[in-house]
Amino acid sequence: MKFSVNNEPVETVAQPGQVLRSLLRELDHFEVKKGCDAGDCGACTVLLDGGPVHSCLVPVHRLEGSSVTTVSGLGTVDAPHPMQQSFVAAGGFQCGFCTAGLVVTASTFTEDDHDDLPRLLKGNLCRCTGYRSIHDAITGVSNTVTASAGHAAGTSIAPPAAMRVVTGTEPYTLDVKTTGLVHLAVLGSPHPHARIESIDATAAEAMDGVHAVLTHLDSPGVHFSTGRHEDRNDDPDDSLVFDRVLRFRGQRVAAVVADTVRIAELALAAIAVDYEVLRAVFDPRLAREPGAPLVHGDKGPEARIAAPERNTVAEFHGELGDVDAAVASAAASVSGTWTTQRVNHVALETHAARGWIDGDGRLVLRTSSQVPFLVRDELCHIFGLEPEGVRVFTARVGGGFGGKQELLTEDLVTLAVLKTGRAVQYEFTREDEFTLAPTRHPMQVSVTVAATADGTLTALAVDQLMDTGAYGNHGIGVMFHSIHESVEVYRCANKRVDAQSVYTNNLPSGAFRGYGLGQVIYAIESALDELARELGIDPFELRRRNVIVPGDNFVVTDAEAQSDLSMASYGLDQCLDLAEAALDHSLTGPQGWQVGTGMALAMIATIAPRGHFATATVTVLEAGPEPVFEIAVGTAEFGNGTTTVHTQLVATALGTTVDRIRIRQSDTDATSYDTGAFGSAGVVVAGKALLVAAEQLRDAIASDGLSVGLSATADHDGTPRSVSFNVHAFRVAVNPATGEVQILQSIQAADAGVVLNPEQLRGQIEGGTAQAIGSALFEEVLLDGEGRVTTTALRNYYVPRFVDLPVTEVLFAETYDPLGPLGAKSMSEAPYNPVAPALANAIRDAMGVRSFELPMSRDRLWRLASTQQG
Amino acid sequence: MDLIDVREVRVAHSRADVVLGPGERAMGGGTWLYSEPQPGLTGILDLTGMGWEPVTRTTDTLTIAATCTIETLRALPEPLFEQCADSLLASWKIQRTATVGGNIALALPAGPMTSLASALDGVAVIWTADGGERREPVAEFVTGVVTTTLAADEILRAIEIPAASLHRTAFRRISRSSMGRTGTLVIGRMDASGETVITVSGGTTRPRQLRFGVAPSAEDVASSVDAIDDWYDDPHGSPDWRRAMSLLFAEQIRQELS
Repeated sequence: MKFSVNNEPVETVAQPGQVLRSLLRELDHFEVKKGCDAGDCGACTVLLDGGPVHSCLVPVHRLEGSSVTTVSGLGTVDAPHPMQQSFVAAGGFQCGFCTAGLVVTASTFTEDDHDDLPRLLKGNLCRCTGYRSIHDAITGVSNTVTASAGHAAGTSIAPPAAMRVVTGTEPYTLDVKTTGLVHLAVLGSPHPHARIESIDATAAEAMDGVHAVLTHLDSPGVHFSTGRHEDRNDDPDDSLVFDRVLRFRGQRVAAVVADTVRIAELALAAIAVDYEVLRAVFDPRLAREPGAPLVHGDKGPEARIAAPERNTVAEFHGELGDVDAAVASAAASVSGTWTTQRVNHVALETHAARGWIDGDGRLVLRTSSQVPFLVRDELCHIFGLEPEGVRVFTARVGGGFGGKQELLTEDLVTLAVLKTGRAVQYEFTREDEFTLAPTRHPMQVSVTVAATADGTLTALAVDQLMDTGAYGNHGIGVMFHSIHESVEVYRCANKRVDAQSVYTNNLPSGAFRGYGLGQVIYAIESALDELARELGIDPFELRRRNVIVPGDNFVVTDAEAQSDLSMASYGLDQCLDLAEAALDHSLTGPQGWQVGTGMALAMIATIAPRGHFATATVTVLEAGPEPVFEIAVGTAEFGNGTTTVHTQLVATALGTTVDRIRIRQSDTDATSYDTGAFGSAGVVVAGKALLVAAEQLRDAIASDGLSVGLSATADHDGTPRSVSFNVHAFRVAVNPATGEVQILQSIQAADAGVVLNPEQLRGQIEGGTAQAIGSALFEEVLLDGEGRVTTTALRNYYVPRFVDLPVTEVLFAETYDPLGPLGAKSMSEAPYNPVAPALANAIRDAMGVRSFELPMSRDRLWRLASTQQG
Repeated sequence: MDLIDVREVRVAHSRADVVLGPGERAMGGGTWLYSEPQPGLTGILDLTGMGWEPVTRTTDTLTIAATCTIETLRALPEPLFEQCADSLLASWKIQRTATVGGNIALALPAGPMTSLASALDGVAVIWTADGGERREPVAEFVTGVVTTTLAADEILRAIEIPAASLHRTAFRRISRSSMGRTGTLVIGRMDASGETVITVSGGTTRPRQLRFGVAPSAEDVASSVDAIDDWYDDPHGSPDWRRAMSLLFAEQIRQELS
């Protein structure tokens, strides 16, 4: 068939049933992204004969004679389209994976369309920004600046990759051609709990184009965890590349490596498997009871599971003082049980990895990971490889939110590369993201709080139960984190904390923005809101009377606990004042709607505990009057904006401009080590190391002069750590007749230390707020009670669209943190945490009755209102 | 997405081409068909090559070809067309290709073209395998969640809408988010005779038409809605909420039309 792409004639052969998106990528038009492959997200939008289409839904047989324009055909880095320039000027992206589709779509808009953007953008999903900056881009608002030499820090410069992102020329994980590439497809378990009796892959192996079929017979016997941390002992060793025992629906049974995805998938049907079906458990409350089917009953102490005989991967029980006595003598007390749902990250780029053997015989993996060094080290552990023989790197990653702090594709690709010697690719579908990739941990959190009549908190008790699913990846860390800063932020003489992380035969839970804090903060902040009502004290005032202040210890239940956490800076008081002052109590909704306000706070450590390490190097690449420097750093860029800040820190230290900085990053060859991009560590750990290296290089240049190759390397070990604070406030209107919520005002005040890039930080806070509004009002991964996910596509799992989100007023406390680079603190996870409880408290204020579960969907709120009336 | 079992795609240009083989399925725009894996689907017959006139108006009847795009339908002057087109969860970019017939033949409860056509007493024109035609009200053509009366060898050709049905209409819809997939969609109309017809869809497994004489009372409407017993349960809304919203909207529509 013949058609044209970006005015270049194309003559090619396509498969029947193929779509334009996959054909364009076969033709190396990698600027066309796969977000969902189902028409829901818009990332693959191109112009077909001048009109915008989702190319994943365009059958190839309709292409004859047509003309296709991709984002790279609209404009180039040197000659960008006006809409591309606008997206750069506005800072209209974070990870940028949705941007190609957004730019193409918006390129068709006229000024008259600006009033119709909710409708016109409902088919373009962005998971990072919260859409405010996209609105600015489309309407021509500029938010970025150019900084003069030595003055980049503190200014809103655009990301270094901005022009490449908006023109589709910044490569993501799979946006590169590898000759001889073969593809991998996975046969998933049809049962939630079963043992493989036998597998016959003979027929599949014999099919044309099939290179290998991999099963548990090929699997190394080394147990590991898909969850990755600095210390591999932080997660239980409960997983295998292929396990003979299957513990959730969809778990790998076999994989086919074949010339194309189509052949690999067709071959899966030719694999015959006999299963012994085992009893399964789906309710974490039942899973810990005697007689429940054991998910990992076959594991011993070497697996580091707290109590496999009770399906308990981790637990904590502690008490300070006497909670019951304090409740008994309190002027007021409140108890309740709050539940949170499974939430999917919905990073627009799905998990994917490509692996090959390079010319030196090394195994190389290009993967969508937040933690390339941790992936390398664990692959070495599993396969008995030496670190020198393995290189793992990432290109720009299309969103993470914690979901890519997991080893989900790389182990299988490694096995396939080692077995076949071929270059192998494994790419998750969007359905895989919903059925295989870990979700946010669903929790049930019971809270009791009590206080004296003047509002002094005398009791705080938390009983937390979380479903970690079939595997314990992050099931220990999330549990401990969930009960730390959430409880520590309050001074209280009597505290009791119980927490259990329990295995079931549901799909695994994992790391998600906030890492467990958000669920428990939702419960505690809701309970405190009720307590304020009981006492007749303003909720801001109740917080002021009880939050920790400089000089206080961080106490969960051990008053004498010592750690590397310190209050190196403190802006919680400012955040409370800023949010309270910004609330406009005069705002009202439509006639008949109830109006209310609510607030909540959150504290988070600036760095994850138990070690976070980075080594970074700054080198002179070109000397002369206009020198060029290279920074080499291990941490990854996936929309967190870390790379922008890194260039700002280095340019500021070296007295130059950011365009003189070249970047090598997220590559085990780029530097000796980096724990990775999680716990919002990119600025405060890797950035701190880079700043020190740049300052050392500056001093070396001052003493030795500027010469090519001069370089400085510095480390940071992630300790001591400080704390950041966020306060969110909402004013809402609720229609009791339908359950609809209208957000009249959304305010977040953040204590992020010195703000290094105001526009980017605003974007992180808006994006965290957006994702949290999704969790609070809309999103829920549904299971059928037998471990089967029923929300397997974006059309059934609703992430917020342009129309759903308010513009959040973002306010910054003025603090300086001596531990962070130039006084900065981390701020990527934190903004998510106070949003759901603040919204729940506002809705409670409006309705006069409280919802105890997320999401607060329209049907639930309507039911709540009707129950109250009835 | 690529449909991996498909081995042949045919484009129909005349009725002689419109004969479906085993494993073959007729397609309008294809925007749903290509949006989900289709295991076992080995052949596709693309009807958009038939060149059917999208919209034909006579004094009595508005005929919408099955292959009329939702974008074309949306541009028709009566407000109900735009309201129903915008009820589609899918983007306007997809509405440029998605077809009215495809939406109805798919028979998802939230299909807004089913809501539209059934509410207006639209009649499905169906090509039968013997070369003939049969006609059936859309409200009966859609029998449940993704089920219709269409036989495996039949093709949905067009929807005929009586012009009289467009005399006066009222529209209400809700979803779990403002532009999400329909939770329930209620359309009312009052014909020149004064007869009132209220059609509930989206919240039910199939469209449910409620017919009233001139100026029905609130009790009449409420008891008719209350008699519906197939409230749909899916991620887009719970059955009790769908029932309550349908009751609310039916009464609002009754007042608006009275």
